[in-house]
Amino acid sequence: MQKMLFSGLMVFIALTSGFAQGKFFSREGHIFFDATSNGSPEVIEANNRAVSSVIDLNTGQMEFAALIKSFRFERALMEEHFNENYLESTKFPKAVFKGKITDLKAINLGKDGSYPVKVTGTLTMHGETKPLTVDASLTVKGGKITLGKSSFSLTLADYKIKIPSLVSDKVASVAKVTIDVPYQPLADSK
Amino acid sequence: MKQVFIWLVLGHLTISFAQAQDLLDLLPDEHPRELVTASFKTNRVINLHSLENTAFGVLDFKISHRFGFLSGGAYELFGLDQSTIRFGFDYGLTDRITVGFGRSSFEKTFDGFVKYKFLRQSTGEGAMPITAALLATTALQSTKFADPDRENYFSSRLYYTFQVILGRKFSETFSFQLSPSLVHRNLVATLEEKNDVFALGAGGRIRLGKRVTFNAEYIYVLPDQLASGYQNSLSVGLDIETGGHVFQVHLTNSTSMIEKGFIAETTGDPFNGDFRLGFNISRVFTIVKPKEF
Repeated sequence: MQKMLFSGLMVFIALTSGFAQGKFFSREGHIFFDATSNGSPEVIEANNRAVSSVIDLNTGQMEFAALIKSFRFERALMEEHFNENYLESTKFPKAVFKGKITDLKAINLGKDGSYPVKVTGTLTMHGETKPLTVDASLTVKGGKITLGKSSFSLTLADYKIKIPSLVSDKVASVAKVTIDVPYQPLADSK
Repeated sequence: MKQVFIWLVLGHLTISFAQAQDLLDLLPDEHPRELVTASFKTNRVINLHSLENTAFGVLDFKISHRFGFLSGGAYELFGLDQSTIRFGFDYGLTDRITVGFGRSSFEKTFDGFVKYKFLRQSTGEGAMPITAALLATTALQSTKFADPDRENYFSSRLYYTFQVILGRKFSETFSFQLSPSLVHRNLVATLEEKNDVFALGAGGRIRLGKRVTFNAEYIYVLPDQLASGYQNSLSVGLDIETGGHVFQVHLTNSTSMIEKGFIAETTGDPFNGDFRLGFNISRVFTIVKPKEF
């Protein structure tokens, strides 16, 4: 009886512990955005190379967080204005995406390759939370997720980011965003 | 034994449930050190150097004007009939070191400076509460010697200023700094004037909107160093930022736009309404692009 219980417990633990696996994370995700208006003399683009992300393949959940202050611009003054006037990073220090991979079954960890997926969720930025659905791809190598990629567009007005008319010939109203994140397994399940 | 199992199962369940939280919480918290930026719109409060530096690889071209005293009335078009100009170039050698030079029409003066920021206000791990900088300036007055027949020394044309800038951005709206200063003049006109003049400057800003700030500065010269008639410098103004430019419009009782002048040679009497209209225009150019671009 006790043996049965014990082995049952082992199976139970093994099964539920399975939920702790299948998680992947990154702290070195890269977000690039381009908000240059057509014909603008100045290029308005920035890189953030310290994006955090966690994927849980068991539930399909996916989260991203980027510090606004970690975006680097070509011009120091642009960076200052981005933080001070547009994104107000002291008030709203982070942009956070929380979403779900809707076609999780498409991913086969047993087979290396790049899997196109759809991710749907919400993006919170500049104090505004808006739904966002994007096409992405996840790369599987050796039974692990090693890379996540996506590109999409954001309408700045949705996030109450105002472009003064004085610079509307330089700053576009829609920003093109590219994300690439190298993932590694999240070792400790806590 | 059964109890042990139950506890094990319960314990395991709670651990499993604990995972149903925010995924990002699984990553340990990080509070990286972050520099506090944009304490002032530009590297001058009005006349005084602010605690800001020109960023690495950036050239800041400044054109500044001071008009005559408003108290000159309509006859002088409230001072607009007279104007003195300084144009200057400031360049960020590194994010901490700025160098600059300029030329003022007032007394045909050339000036140069080096500014070194040795403490930078920051938040997060190892936060630093203040920003501190050292400023050293030289001025060369190039007007013709008043009496060319007597023995004149080149060194008589030179002035030096040393300043410590201690400041803090207290909030998004309010920044404040103190600027203890020493002006050295190789030659002074009379015995009652000191070659070394000690002064304490104070400057601050209040942010009125995203792109507009109200600035004020006052420089207190310690007593018994200047000839009678010289005043402490008092200035108030607005900073208006438009993309790559910062316009500074102000009222000041000083004429000169360099340290030795506005600290030790201010003549306008605030109680007599001796204020001048003035403006500084700053335009920045990125000379060295960061690696990624």
